Amino acid sequence: MTAAAPPQAASQRPAPAPARIRRPAVPAILAVVLIGLLALGVLVSASNGAFAIPLGDIVASIAHKLGLGGAPVEGTGEGVLWNIRFPRVVLGLLVGACLACAGTLMQGMFGNPLAEPGIIGVSSGAAVGAVAAIAFGLTFAGNWTISLCAFIAGLATVSVVYLMSRSGGRTEVVTLVLTGVAVNGLAGALIGLFIFYADNDEITAITFWQMGSLSQATWPKILAVLPLAAVGLMTAPRYARRLDLLSLGERSARHLGVDVERLRLHLIVIVALLTGAAVAVSGVIGFIGLVVPHLLRMAAGPGHRALLPLSTMGGAAVIVWADLAARTVAAPAEIPLGILTALVGSPFFFWLLRRTRRHQGGWA
Amino acid sequence: MRLRRRHSGDPGPVPDLPAAVSGATVLLGGTAVLRGVDLDVRAGEVLGLVGPNGAGKSTLLAALSGDQAADEGRVSLWGRPVGEWSTVDIARRRAVLPQAHRVSFPFTVRDVVEMGRAPWAGTARRDADDRRIAAALALTEAEPFAQRPFTSLSGGEQARVMLARVVAQDAGLVLLDEPTAALDLRHQEMVGRLCRSLAAEGRAVVIVLHDLDLAAAYCDRTAVLAEGRIVACGPPADVFTADRLTEVYRQPVKVDLDPDTGSPRVTPLRGVPNPGRRSGLLDISHG
Repeated sequence: MTAAAPPQAASQRPAPAPARIRRPAVPAILAVVLIGLLALGVLVSASNGAFAIPLGDIVASIAHKLGLGGAPVEGTGEGVLWNIRFPRVVLGLLVGACLACAGTLMQGMFGNPLAEPGIIGVSSGAAVGAVAAIAFGLTFAGNWTISLCAFIAGLATVSVVYLMSRSGGRTEVVTLVLTGVAVNGLAGALIGLFIFYADNDEITAITFWQMGSLSQATWPKILAVLPLAAVGLMTAPRYARRLDLLSLGERSARHLGVDVERLRLHLIVIVALLTGAAVAVSGVIGFIGLVVPHLLRMAAGPGHRALLPLSTMGGAAVIVWADLAARTVAAPAEIPLGILTALVGSPFFFWLLRRTRRHQGGWA
Repeated sequence: MRLRRRHSGDPGPVPDLPAAVSGATVLLGGTAVLRGVDLDVRAGEVLGLVGPNGAGKSTLLAALSGDQAADEGRVSLWGRPVGEWSTVDIARRRAVLPQAHRVSFPFTVRDVVEMGRAPWAGTARRDADDRRIAAALALTEAEPFAQRPFTSLSGGEQARVMLARVVAQDAGLVLLDEPTAALDLRHQEMVGRLCRSLAAEGRAVVIVLHDLDLAAAYCDRTAVLAEGRIVACGPPADVFTADRLTEVYRQPVKVDLDPDTGSPRVTPLRGVPNPGRRSGLLDISHG
């Protein structure tokens, strides 16, 4: 025994520390704010449009449908509300929730705050599947065909991007962004090819869909993507803890008991489900999955247990308000939603890139 | 015989021989990085791995941790081949401090240390979470910045936080890869004392070190590696001889005893010419 110092575990070990000062306050407050924004967005969005419906009538109509008294909106209002406005709002909620949730998961699994379905090409990949389904008039799964094709193509794309952009258990920013450029390029070419072979009706359908708009919303469309979205959104929070550990790097996560290979596989499938669901109905709506998780991470901290549900709510709220803006700012014309989010999101992406480069190693 | 619970649940007390390596050979890209290494890791003991760059120290540690499968030979933890353990069961037995420290998102220091408790989620030891985290922060002197984001810390502070995470994991076998590399004098000694207290609690500590004096002062045994083999293994006073170290490091050294502690002190001889072959590359008169 050549030890110089006596063991001093017993003497140095402090008495049990006082309960940790936890700060549940910030995530809780954010959750309340986001739910408020979401509810208000739903009502305002349902009320505004070519045919204005007063907020009070909307609340009464909802109460009526739920059998809580109230009354249907008079005249055509009831039909506009339930067959046009609400499907659109609900579809917006779903799409926004899926995109923001997928963005959060991808940032966690890539260990990189710039990962996002649109930027790294997963959305375009899923879009190839959707366009193929439209162009070839596929109907093998009925109403679910487009969603299913988007999911399968999205799955293939996430897998490829993941395999190609990693080295040493991590993904460098440059590799990730360049992989995105390559994948987006290939997807664009394939979509172009499908359009080239499509007939006029199909081209119209593809163009409407590709602009990233919620204007085609109907209840059957919602049902068509609901299974994918619901499975993705409900399973995602189960991975929150493991995503936290993954931020230490794959090796350290494994040292702490995470089955990294299995986690990776599950996350790829969930991201494909969420992105496929969003893309199948609304085309490529970019930057939601980038901006929403990022801002919420700055406000609530990087822990995924709070971040995943907050991002899901945040994404839904942002899309509802953005869609309201898209169809009212230039009324009676409608700006495609995808263009609006890109207008706001791209400068944010620039800013993030510069910031990330400044603090290499300290992603925040 | 100790009671050994092999599947899930509490690993129980640390066995006398928590890890053993026999005849381990590891090939990386066709080159043998480890060549037939035998090593016993004993409970209650600090085992130092020393040797020149590329000697295979980190690879040996990776083999012990289960990161690197041995191409030949056998690595066993708790008497069972390392590859047969589930990731959770093995995480409850051994903790690893890697060389590089990176955290992808700005988690606070306390969050990072708390991640070390992950293997115990859903077990009885979970109740000890707060106590172990507080103790780990105190032992590594990381308390003052416990609420700061990990990404805002200096290299040395980050190294201490990662060490705290490993301590919080409460594993019977602790594997540390150059934990002192980024640390100042005071904190290098702190790591040494920390290893001693972990061993005093009955754990086995394996530590890769470049500072031979530190190894001599705090290790019960040191294994000297060179070119993938263990050249010598035993108490530092026996293993650290001037001839052996001079040969292994290709650098003349002298070894004397610290008058205060009696442990060997290794000093490179700076006044004598290097016995290594002259390459002529640095001989500017040729230019």
